[in-house]
Amino acid sequence: MNEDKVLGFQPGTGFIYELNATTKLIFLLLVSVACMVTYDTRFLAAICLLSVFCLKLSGIKWRQVSFVVKLILVFALLNLITVYLFQPSYGQNLYGSKNVIVNAGYFTLTQEELFYLFNLVLKYICSIPLLLLFLLTTNPSQFASSLNKIGVSYKIAYAVALALRYIPTIQNDYWSISVAQQARGNELSKKASLSKRIKGTLNIVKPLIFSSLTRIDTISTAMQLRRFGSKKKRTWYVYQPFKLPDYLVSLLALLLVAAVVWLWQINQGRFFNPFK
Amino acid sequence: MDTPIIQFKDFSFKYNSQSAPTLKHLNLQIQKGEKILLAGPSGSGKSTIGRCLNGLIPNVDHGEIAGTCLVNGKDIAKTSLFALSFSTSTILQDSDSQFIGMTVGEDIAFSLENDQTPRAQMHAVVDKWAKELGLSELLKQAPQTLSGGQKQLVALAGVLVDESPILLFDEPLANLDPASGLKTIKLIDQIQAELHATVIIIEHRIEEVLAGRVDRIVLIDDGQIIADQTPNELLHTDLLEKDGVRLPLYVKALKKAHVDLQDIPLLTQVASLPTTNAISTKLTHWIQPQSAEEQRKTIPLLTLKQVGHRYDKHQRYPLEDVNVTINQGDFVSIVGQNGAGKTTLCRIICGFIANEGQVLFKDQDLAQQTIKERAEKIGYVMQDPNQMISQKMIFDEVALGLRLRNVPETEIKERVLKTLKICGLYPFRNWPISALSFGQKKRVTIASILVLAPELIILDEPTAGQDWKTYSEIMNFLRQLNQQGKTIMIITHDMHLMMEYTNRSLAFAKGKLIADTTPLELLTNPDLVAQASLRKTSLFELAQHYQIPNSADLIATYVNSEMERDHHE
Repeated sequence: MNEDKVLGFQPGTGFIYELNATTKLIFLLLVSVACMVTYDTRFLAAICLLSVFCLKLSGIKWRQVSFVVKLILVFALLNLITVYLFQPSYGQNLYGSKNVIVNAGYFTLTQEELFYLFNLVLKYICSIPLLLLFLLTTNPSQFASSLNKIGVSYKIAYAVALALRYIPTIQNDYWSISVAQQARGNELSKKASLSKRIKGTLNIVKPLIFSSLTRIDTISTAMQLRRFGSKKKRTWYVYQPFKLPDYLVSLLALLLVAAVVWLWQINQGRFFNPFK
Repeated sequence: MDTPIIQFKDFSFKYNSQSAPTLKHLNLQIQKGEKILLAGPSGSGKSTIGRCLNGLIPNVDHGEIAGTCLVNGKDIAKTSLFALSFSTSTILQDSDSQFIGMTVGEDIAFSLENDQTPRAQMHAVVDKWAKELGLSELLKQAPQTLSGGQKQLVALAGVLVDESPILLFDEPLANLDPASGLKTIKLIDQIQAELHATVIIIEHRIEEVLAGRVDRIVLIDDGQIIADQTPNELLHTDLLEKDGVRLPLYVKALKKAHVDLQDIPLLTQVASLPTTNAISTKLTHWIQPQSAEEQRKTIPLLTLKQVGHRYDKHQRYPLEDVNVTINQGDFVSIVGQNGAGKTTLCRIICGFIANEGQVLFKDQDLAQQTIKERAEKIGYVMQDPNQMISQKMIFDEVALGLRLRNVPETEIKERVLKTLKICGLYPFRNWPISALSFGQKKRVTIASILVLAPELIILDEPTAGQDWKTYSEIMNFLRQLNQQGKTIMIITHDMHLMMEYTNRSLAFAKGKLIADTTPLELLTNPDLVAQASLRKTSLFELAQHYQIPNSADLIATYVNSEMERDHHE
């Protein structure tokens, strides 16, 4: 199986890889929340540029993330459509004006609605590259130690890290079970009908679940035998101390949050209104 | 005499999930600094004893305890798992699945982290043990990327940081190539000497363990101790074979040659056998000179041309440029170190992964064929049967491939029942698969491949981690299939399996095919043995020790007599 297709941490070099996991987590959380809160298009556009730039900087390849990105696109599109169908007049209520593009009764499309939906798209573009960046450039163990550092119980932090670490292993297991099933005659390619493919996938999932359960059992035994959970706290071999770039990046995250607060005041609310 | 470090007094244990006790009235004492080998067939209870020593019983595996078991003075019934882990360090069987850390360094540090060791001190301790075991260069690598032997070292380093008085090894040889296995045994000796630790090894491969020092062998059968003796004493009895544990090959050869073992004072090493004329005469007399094997007419079945595959650009030794022709009726063993490319080759042949070269089956290029189409010519049996089985009932599992090919149900019934008969599974045809043993499950997976009538069957380590009984069961069945005309390729680390069952060996090292010859010639070539991380079996040593000119004859005589025995059974 090709390593590049695996969605998980892979060691690399560069500015983003060298940042402390805690820094990256703080940045991800603060900036995502900021982007969720504000509907200031200028701010969102700026963050979009920033996060796409960071993704470019990290050197992550398209084929590593293509599957997830496509999946997210489908859901994002579904989300946009339902938002529109649910209340096509939401935009005009929000911005207090009505510039009709297409007149169609309930489904009347206005510039305001379109602008509102555009803001939603920007929000996706802000946070998804950041999230991918975090997952692909952060060593799960360092992630656990940083979660623990910001106050999450180390058992939960470790469970999250292990889950992240096992994504590639389980993908690999899935792959080997799947080819063995295909050899039996289980057609999973596009040649087969959807119902056959679903049924075929179930034949893979069953052995996969059982082998994963065995795996979990073994690893938890191994962890207990080495006293995981015996004390209230633990130390971390991989813990990295904060360095200057970490302080600067954290500061940037705080400044961005401050910017959102400031924009709130200027816009007198969460929304930037170009229709005034 | 000091108080023993481990003491079982009339100890019995019954798992809550089982109706009968697994351990029955055990009495066993182990002194500090001793090295004990716990042997016995699968299901004898030897692993359960191990789980008592590290506290998994009764803390994780609940059940009923009668009698007492004291480990380092602590009663296991009243001690927590964590408290006991300071006394007993466990190296689990499959080092792959027990790695917790992302990197070697982190994994070694795991228990130190849990003990809240300050970071600077933790790094110092890890560095010290890494240096001791030669892992310093690897600290930043992911454990999964290492060779089998290196993985074992990482697992070992991870428990040595605790400096516990008892080291427990659960089948340490199961996943290792022969050369790494030998290294591990030597290393355990060395560590024990340094730390004055008490070492318990659970293993059914006695011969390999005896390459190091062993004070006593405790032989288990059906939850009871049937022998507790020095290796030398035990080898003089016939208890091992009765218990289903494989004797060292050289001992068995001596027995077959009617040498009276009682005349030999020390049986534990070939080197310590007395070189008397009486013994060598008996051996020479027993050996039947082999006529040169008649040249079979070879009909090519599978031809590989410049076959190769690279998983990613970081791979150090991708498989490349394999050129070989497999003939009809061959029984081929594929050997070599972990990561040498054995599994990759099989995956290419089956069409699971891309191929740089050409694969021809009866002169037909397979490049355009789907996995499904290839499977009708070439069957592939995975190492772990649990990863192949997707149905509840045996019949349905074997029928799956035919059903997916839309074969009429009447024909399916006929073909499945016929296959089940060949595989000796006919009496179980209406059983659920969950009721079967490992060996039987393996047969079900082989049956489910056989039913598609492939001419070539490829098996990935069919006997790894299996006891002697299951091993013989699986291998004799494969031999039968081969005699019925199927061409068989197996990946294996077992040198005697290679000698006894296969007639051709492909040896791989660092992604290259380095030898394509008979098993005998492979093992008699010291360069190839070293490169492919193999090891000569003790029959070679025996021949050398008694200056028998043709070791090939000795081995062939041995293999033939085994085959006759299997035939009679």
